[in-house]
Amino acid sequence: MRAWIERQRCLIDFSVANLGRRKARNLGLLGAYILLVFLLASVVLYGDALRREARLLLADAPDIVVQRLSAGRHDLIAADRLDALRALRGVRRADGRLWGYHYDPTLAANTTLQVPLVNPPGPGETVLGATLARARGLNPGDTLALRGDDGAIRAFRITGLLSSASELVSADLMLVNEADYRAFFGIPAGFYTDLALTVGNPAEAGKIAEKILTRQPGSRVILKDEMRRTYDAVFNWRQGLLLTFLGTVLAAFALLAWDKASGLSAEERREIGILKAIGWETGDVMRMKFWEGALLSTCAFLAGYVLAYLHVFHGGGALFEPILKGWSVLYPKFTLTPQIDLMQLASLFFLSVLPYTAATLAPVWRAATLDPDEVMRE
Amino acid sequence: MIELSSVDKTYNAGKANEYRAGRGVDLRIKPGRVTALRGPSGSGKTTLLGLIGGLTRPSSGRVRLDGRDISALPERFLTELRRATFGFVFQQFQLIRGLSVLENVMLPAAPTGEPHRQVVERAMDLLGQLDLADRADTPCQRLSGGEAQRVAIARALINDPPILIADEPTAHLDSALSLQILAILGELRAQGRTLIVSSHDPLVFDAGLVEHIVDLRDGRVVAEQ
Repeated sequence: MRAWIERQRCLIDFSVANLGRRKARNLGLLGAYILLVFLLASVVLYGDALRREARLLLADAPDIVVQRLSAGRHDLIAADRLDALRALRGVRRADGRLWGYHYDPTLAANTTLQVPLVNPPGPGETVLGATLARARGLNPGDTLALRGDDGAIRAFRITGLLSSASELVSADLMLVNEADYRAFFGIPAGFYTDLALTVGNPAEAGKIAEKILTRQPGSRVILKDEMRRTYDAVFNWRQGLLLTFLGTVLAAFALLAWDKASGLSAEERREIGILKAIGWETGDVMRMKFWEGALLSTCAFLAGYVLAYLHVFHGGGALFEPILKGWSVLYPKFTLTPQIDLMQLASLFFLSVLPYTAATLAPVWRAATLDPDEVMRE
Repeated sequence: MIELSSVDKTYNAGKANEYRAGRGVDLRIKPGRVTALRGPSGSGKTTLLGLIGGLTRPSSGRVRLDGRDISALPERFLTELRRATFGFVFQQFQLIRGLSVLENVMLPAAPTGEPHRQVVERAMDLLGQLDLADRADTPCQRLSGGEAQRVAIARALINDPPILIADEPTAHLDSALSLQILAILGELRAQGRTLIVSSHDPLVFDAGLVEHIVDLRDGRVVAEQ
């Protein structure tokens, strides 16, 4: 075992010296390799982090949302449907929700007014999403005046801001109490925007949804799982677009790497001949070249991944933010929770390190199996 | 004892550029002596050295080392035997550019699994014996011809082989440097090693070092002294 370790150590020493001998070539390759891993890892890390944020935030969302459709469009729903829904087996709780969009001419953007189910603000008070407050230059204690649907100006005193951790979904949110909401939009009592249901067993949500559609035709039923899938689909689509673009970069790099790795120069062939002539086995030459490829690609992978991690979790993923997060006037600013997924790490490692290492071995194998006496006949 | 029996060597067999570099060679090389292969360019000296040292296999015939047929050994065993038995000094030095003198000398020991420190000590010792200790960290491409040849000799000796094979060891050196190298070869002979050299340099044959001369022409042994 000790001999094996010493042998590998000697081979690694020689591999490092070998890499140092062709500094310009290997540094160029290393730079391109790091850049590629950085770009790929950034997209994957950012996309995954966004999906994770969305899933965390949706954890508190209702299991089922029931809306009324009128001529195919979302319409107000009567409160008296709540009792029928509560009576369904498996439904633990049913509440009416009030929310709606208001166009804010100052921002030239829509804000979302919502009545929270628990701890609503007092009369004439509001709690704002951090992005909205930032866009309007408002702080707790300030007053926000908006023109309601009836044309009257209504002032809301800001009592707090929503946590920036939820900014992905609360960027444009404005929480008000029920009376203020109804007055602002002119919605009469006894009607809600939609109904939120909590079920005892989330696995039965689909069955319950089917019952609702049967008993209350003209309803639209949205499951939490569907919302999660929608978020995933949006981010997957954006990530897919970027990865497709990066795929062409990857292909270009693969060609470059293949060219560099497979095109053994006459000098390299001569050196392999010398090594074999002085007592290296074909396996030793292969191991030495393996270490060379593995050292270069592993260094590139580690550097690229660390840079991507810093870029995404400490630099806000500035390069890909507009593409992966989407665009909006009220653009959410939030820090993604740092997390490393070992499976994802392993996938990136195998995608980036193995192909290059394998590409370096194939031509060396051909050269290393030649008769070592060729070196003597030069 | 090295024995070659009816050894033929053909390169590119069956192709338009087929070339017979060895034709029915029968030869015995006794241990502890200096044997020189002599002949003009293309006479088959280098090919014969390659066959003796297990760098290549005969197309037909047998090469035996101490009675053991090495021409049919699998590559791995042949390499192990070559590493343990032969040291090679090539005509063009064949040092690896970009590596230091010390790294070049240590190369043959890398696959042996011997502790790194021991290899370094032995390499430095050899470089000291060949007046190259102060050049240990010098990249080999900065060496003079004489220095490069001494580094090649140190590299050939790192695994302490009983047989040293040197192909035209004075070919690229002036007379003074040639004499220096021949003096080193003489010391190796005095240590009891078997030396097999190829040369057409009269200096090698006039130096009183060679004990057994094999004259070659067109891949054949034409005379022995």
